[in-house]
Amino acid sequence: MYEVIAFYLFSFLTITLFSIVVFSKNALYSMTALAGGMIFISGFFFLLDADFLGVVQIIVYSGAVMAVYAFGMIFIDTTKDVKETIKAKRMIYTFATAIAVLLVVIVSSPIISKNIITSTSIIDGVSNSKMVGYILFTKYLVPFELTAVMLLVAMVAGIVLVSKKMDISLSMKSDYEAKSEFEEGVAK
Amino acid sequence: MITLTHYLVISSILFAIGLVGIVRRKNLLMLFFSTEILLNAVNIGFAAISREFHDMTGQMFAFFIIAVAASEVAVGLGLLVLWYKRKSTIDLDSMQSMRG
Repeated sequence: MYEVIAFYLFSFLTITLFSIVVFSKNALYSMTALAGGMIFISGFFFLLDADFLGVVQIIVYSGAVMAVYAFGMIFIDTTKDVKETIKAKRMIYTFATAIAVLLVVIVSSPIISKNIITSTSIIDGVSNSKMVGYILFTKYLVPFELTAVMLLVAMVAGIVLVSKKMDISLSMKSDYEAKSEFEEGVAK
Repeated sequence: MITLTHYLVISSILFAIGLVGIVRRKNLLMLFFSTEILLNAVNIGFAAISREFHDMTGQMFAFFIIAVAASEVAVGLGLLVLWYKRKSTIDLDSMQSMRG
């Protein structure tokens, strides 16, 4: 009973918040709604007995990714509304929905037809985080290490890309002023 | 009673929302937000299937997807900030330098 209530509550909240993300004109509202939606997504993971995944979701998405977005938005003027010219609205919605349904059917058809074998089954009585540790450090050790290298490369790339011309502030000045000053800095 | 189908339906609804965002928005920042929505929708599906089959592989894939999303944000935002400093706009139409 509780699962039913929680499931429908979380579904309603995530769909509402993610719709705000997609349809909002203001980038700041979208970011806030996205952070909220990420937290409610972790509710699904707790319902699905994936406790460790839920905790990681909160820490990584709501903590790290949203913080990175917030810092990235320092550089961009977010008080202005986003100006966009959108054509062919109905076609976009039709195609997006059709593609999403198609992808879900393609991916879930072997699962629905039960044509699947479990290789790393969950042992009863072992907590989820222990189970994650057992599997991650035995079967998935090499992908885990490669992920670590990938995150390091991404960190270096982020620092190198953003840290150039850090001494010139762009957000506190008008666009024209900042642009001319930036071009002077480049010319030097 | 909530079954696997319920979770797959919510996953596909969220995926559709993200896909609409990717196709509809003309702003690079909104494109990144929509990508996050897509990855999260897929993660819900993985976790649901993982419970249905009593198998940890789905959850492991969800972890790696989260790691990929985190590094994607770092590199993507770096490029976005760099582009904004050059052109002071992040509109996608400003990136058609090849006139294809």
